[in-house]
Amino acid sequence: MTMLSPLIIVTAVLNGLMTGAVYALVALGLTLIYGVLHIINFAHGAILSAALFAAFFAYQKFGLDPYLAVFLLAPLFFALGYALQRFVIGPSSHGADRNMLLVTLGLAVFIENALLYAFRANTRTIDLPYGFKSIDLGFTFLAMPRVISFAAVFVVALVLWLIMTLTDTGKAIRAVAREKLGAELAGIDVAHIYATTFGLGTACVAVAACLLIPTYYATPGAGNAFVLVAFTIVVLGGMGSVPGALIGGLVIGVVESLAVFFFGESLGQVGIFLIFIVVLLVRPRGLFGASA
Amino acid sequence: MSKQIPMNRRRFLATTAFGAAAAATGSLAAPSVLRAQSAGVKLGLLHPVTGALSYSGTQGRLGATLAVEEINAAGGIKALGGAKIDPILGDAQSTPDGGTAEVEKMNSAEVAAIVGGYASSICLAVSQAAARYDLPYAVDVGVADSIVTRGLKNTFRFGPGFGVIAKTALDNLAAINDAAGKPAKTVIIVHEDSLFGSGLAKLLNAQLPGKGFEILETIPHPTPTRDFNNVVLKIRAQNPDLVIPANYYNEYVLLARTLLEQHVRPKGIYSVLGGAASSYKFLKEFPDAAKYIMDCNHWFDPHSDKALALKKKVEGQGQFYTYEVYMNYSSVNLVADAIERAASADRAKIIAALETSTFASHVMPYGPTKFVNGQNEGAAPVNTQVLDNDIKVILPPAFANAKAVFPIPA
Repeated sequence: MTMLSPLIIVTAVLNGLMTGAVYALVALGLTLIYGVLHIINFAHGAILSAALFAAFFAYQKFGLDPYLAVFLLAPLFFALGYALQRFVIGPSSHGADRNMLLVTLGLAVFIENALLYAFRANTRTIDLPYGFKSIDLGFTFLAMPRVISFAAVFVVALVLWLIMTLTDTGKAIRAVAREKLGAELAGIDVAHIYATTFGLGTACVAVAACLLIPTYYATPGAGNAFVLVAFTIVVLGGMGSVPGALIGGLVIGVVESLAVFFFGESLGQVGIFLIFIVVLLVRPRGLFGASA
Repeated sequence: MSKQIPMNRRRFLATTAFGAAAAATGSLAAPSVLRAQSAGVKLGLLHPVTGALSYSGTQGRLGATLAVEEINAAGGIKALGGAKIDPILGDAQSTPDGGTAEVEKMNSAEVAAIVGGYASSICLAVSQAAARYDLPYAVDVGVADSIVTRGLKNTFRFGPGFGVIAKTALDNLAAINDAAGKPAKTVIIVHEDSLFGSGLAKLLNAQLPGKGFEILETIPHPTPTRDFNNVVLKIRAQNPDLVIPANYYNEYVLLARTLLEQHVRPKGIYSVLGGAASSYKFLKEFPDAAKYIMDCNHWFDPHSDKALALKKKVEGQGQFYTYEVYMNYSSVNLVADAIERAASADRAKIIAALETSTFASHVMPYGPTKFVNGQNEGAAPVNTQVLDNDIKVILPPAFANAKAVFPIPA
C-alpha cells in the first residue's frame, strides 16, 4: 500500500521537523522564563497572539516583509516583556511564585480580550509573493516559508546560547537561575535579570510569530494552540535548557507528525501527551534538564 | 435661608435628566412598571463571536443586526403599533455550553424569540435549551438534520439541512462529471469532526458509491487544526480524482493553501458546505488557492434586487458578503414577519405564526416557504465555482450565471 512507502514516511518526518522547529522557538521562550523565574508563564500564548497581530500589521500597514519585521519586532517585544515583568508581574506578585502564576493567567485573559476588542475576531492572513514557492525534492515539496523558519530557529537558538554563555548578562541570568540569594548577595540586580529574561522569552515569541504569519493566521486565540505543545516540550527538553527546548521541539514535531499521519488528526495529538507522561515517569528532569 | 427639600430616590429620579433618561430606557432596577412602558420587542441574536468560529459568528451577527436596523427604520412591527425590535446580542463562544448559557440569559431578559447559533453543535444545544421555555428559535445556518427532527415544536430552520444538501450536491456532482465524460472516479473526503462535519461525511459515505464514485479515504480533523501538511500528504499519496472538503472557514483556507503549496492538483475540489469554498474573503486573500474550487453551499438569489442591495450595503461597510450574513438577514426577517402576523410578542403565538409562515420577501434562492416539522421545505443549496476571479453560480440552471469548468485545466 502506498501509504507505507518510505518516501511518504520521510516526508512526514520532514513536515514534523519544520513544524517542530516553530514549536521549539515558542518553547525556548517558555523554558527560559521557567528556568530563571521558576514560573510557568500562562500569558505566553496570548503574547504569541499579540505578536502575530504585530507581524500581520507590520506587513499590511507598512509593507514590511515578516522576515525583516523580525528585526523590528524582536527588540520591541523584548522591551514589552521587560516592562511587563518589571512593572506589572514582579510588583504585583510580591515575590511569591504562586502569585506570579495567577498574575500571568490574568494577563493572558486581559491580553486576549484586548486583542479581541481592538481587532475583532476576523481571521487575518497575509499573502506573500513568494509565500507559495516551494523547493522540489522530487517526492515532495517543501514550502519556502517553513524551510526558512527551520533555519531561523537554529540561528535564534545559537544567538541565545551565545548570549547565555559569553555575555555578562547571560552569566548573571544563569547565576540567578542557579541560586537567587547568592546572586543577589554577589551584587546582581535580580529584578533587572528577571525582567531581562522575561524580555528574552517574549522576543523569542515575536520571532516565532514572524516566522508563522506567512503560513498561519492571526486571531485573538491563535497563540493558544502552540502553547500547550510548548509546555510539553519544556518538560521533555528539561526546564531551563535551551538545547533541550530545541531538540525537544523537533522530537515532538516529528512524533506529532507521525502519530497524526497514522492515527488521524484527532487521535494523533495523543502522541504528544503520551510522550509527556512517559518523560515525567521515566526521566522527570527531561533530556537536558539539571538534576534537582 | 433656602428651604431644605428632603432628597430621596423618587425625587431625584423625577427631577433630573438622568432620571428621565433612565425612566425612558427602563435601565434602572424598578422592573415590571418601567419595562411595560418601553414598547420594543426583544429579539435574542446568538452567535459564536469569540473562539474558533468567531469570523462566521461575527458575520452572522452583522447580517442579523442589519436586518433589525432595516426593520426598525421601516417602522418596526406595525401590528404592534410600530414597536421597534430590541436586539439582545449574545456570544456562544463557539461552544454548545456557551450557547445554552446565553439562552438562559436571553430567557431572563424576556426575549420573544432567538435567532442564530451558526454551528450545528451549538444549534442543537440551543434548540433544546430554548424548548424548555417554549422560546421560538430560528436556526440561522446549522445544517445537521437532527436539529429539526427531534420533535421540538419551538425550532424552525429557514435554510436547508445537510440531508437535502448532500443529495443535491451529489446529484449535481454526477451531472457535472457525466457532462465532462466521467473523468472522476476516486474521492477523498476531508471533514471537521464535530456534528456538522461528521454527520455530513456519513451521508457522503452512504451515497457516493451509489453514484459510481469510490471513496479512497475519509479524513477527519478537529476544529481548530493548525497544520494540514500531513492531510495533504495522504491526499498526494493516494492521488484521488476529487477532494471533497467539509469544514469551517479557517481550516478550509489552510487546507486549500497547503494543497497549492504541495502542488497537489486533483481533477476537482468539490466542496460540500466547504467553509471558505464560496467565500469572497477567501477569494480576495488567496485567489490562486481558490481558483476553480466548486462548492455546494448556501447562496443568495442572484436575481433578487434586495439581495444585491444588501450586498452593496455590506461591502460598503468594508465587510465580505458571506452566507452567514444573508442567512441571518433572512432568518431575522422571517421571525419579524411572524411577529407581525401574530400581532403579538407572545412566544406561543409566534411559534404558531412561524408554523404557518409563507414568508416570501427574502433574499434566498428558495421555493415557496413551507414549514414541515420546523424545516422549510422550500430551502435548497446552490452550486458555485470560482471562475474569472469571481464566484459564479453553476447550478441549478434557474439561478446559474456561468457554466462549470471541469476537470480543472492542467
